[in-house]
This record gives sequence, C-alpha cells and structure tokens, in this order.
Amino acid sequence: MSLPRRILLTGAIAVLATPAGATKTDVATAIAALTKGARLRPGRIKLDLPLLVENGNAVAMTLAVTVPLPDAERVLSMHVFAEGNPLPNVINAYFGPRSGAPHLATRIRLATSQTVIAIAACADGTFWTDNVELLVTLAACVDDI
Amino acid sequence: MARPLVNVPKTVKRGENFDIRILISHIMESGQRRDEYGKQIPRDIIHSFLCTYAGEEVFRADFFPAIAANPFLTFSARAVETGQIVFTWTDDHGATAFDSVEIIVE
Repeated sequence: MSLPRRILLTGAIAVLATPAGATKTDVATAIAALTKGARLRPGRIKLDLPLLVENGNAVAMTLAVTVPLPDAERVLSMHVFAEGNPLPNVINAYFGPRSGAPHLATRIRLATSQTVIAIAACADGTFWTDNVELLVTLAACVDDI
Repeated sequence: MARPLVNVPKTVKRGENFDIRILISHIMESGQRRDEYGKQIPRDIIHSFLCTYAGEEVFRADFFPAIAANPFLTFSARAVETGQIVFTWTDDHGATAFDSVEIIVE
C-alpha cells in the first residue's frame, strides 16, 4: 500500500463512523406510509430466510402467500423491510393482472443481525405480515474494495 | 447494461401458473461503501423492473440498495394466450435493459 497512513486512518474512522442504519422507527414510518394506518395482521404471507446467515452480501429470500384467495382478496403487492440495514426498504413487488401465484424469490443484503419484516397488501384492503429474526456472521456493506 | 438471463418454459397449458426466473449482471453499488480515501462511492443500482405478457403487466418491482449484486428474481405468471413476455430493467443512470421471450400456450 502506497497510501499515507493518515489517509488510511481517516478512511478507517469514516467507515467506523457510518450511521448505524435504519432504526425500528424508520421501518415503522415506512410501514405506516404503506398501510396508512390499517391494521397489520399476522398470517397469510410467509417470509423464508435462513436463521443463520454466513454472508450478508447475498441472502436467498422467498416470499409467498400460499393460502388460496378469492379474486376480491388477491395479493396486490408485497413489501420487505429490514430493521438493521442502512435503509429501511428492501423491495416492493407489485402483482399485475397477468401474475400467477403470489410468490417471489430474490437475494438480499443484510448489514447485521436483525429482524426482517414482510408485508402483503391484499385487494380487500387488508395487510398481512410475517417476520424473521436472524443472525448475520459476515455483514454486507463492510467488504473491501 | 449487460445481457440478462431469462428462464421461461417454452410451452404451458392454458390457465396454468408458470415460474419465470431472471438474472441480470449489475454491480448494485449500494451508496453505503467508501473507497480507500474514505470517500463515499455513489449509488448505482437497478431501481426498477417490469415484466409484461402480451402487453399486460405481470410483475413490477422497486429495488433498493438492499438487493444483492446481480439481481435474481423468481415470480409467477398465468398462461392466458400465446405471446411475448417482455422484461425491462432500469438503473440509476436511466439505462435500460430489455429482453423478451415467446411463450406458446396450448
């Protein structure tokens, strides 16, 4: 490394001083903006995440509503929030008229051990939720460049 | 943007649900990392994805920096008619990537 030590130190301090991230309040605000005060009920949606994450840079996540719902109650959208990430939102997914079964899978980043919250919005105006509390051993965002 | 990978069955039965799997190569720079000088690396992510089938919307998603690099997605569509399934990704620079596949409904 040819960098002067001072620059390296400043860099290290800057990394350590990065804001702690989305707080529970940020997530609660984001959820309130989504539900507009409607009650969140547990059930219907299932959030699948590993309970012990070895690498937070790519964590396989599955969201699904497996209970059969009539057309008037079909799933319009699904939303995921992370309490321990720098930003509260993870993904918003909207199911259009041609969508099939309401499920999706993707890979997400997790900055630290935390609770991840999933919400499904149904056409009848109800909101359903599930959450997973998990442990992350190697966090995203801090990897070397 | 890079060429995406799309996995859709060639033929499906009318009225059935089928899974669509997509993968696109993208750095998804979160905007949270810093370089060796402590300077923040600007955010550069794919922020939205849209899938249409014969002109009608199947699935739409907003991505946030918490989506891992090379975003991968699985979702489901209902077989209604033979037609084109079109995929669009848009990133922070306004660049878009397109792909489309033909599906035959029996």
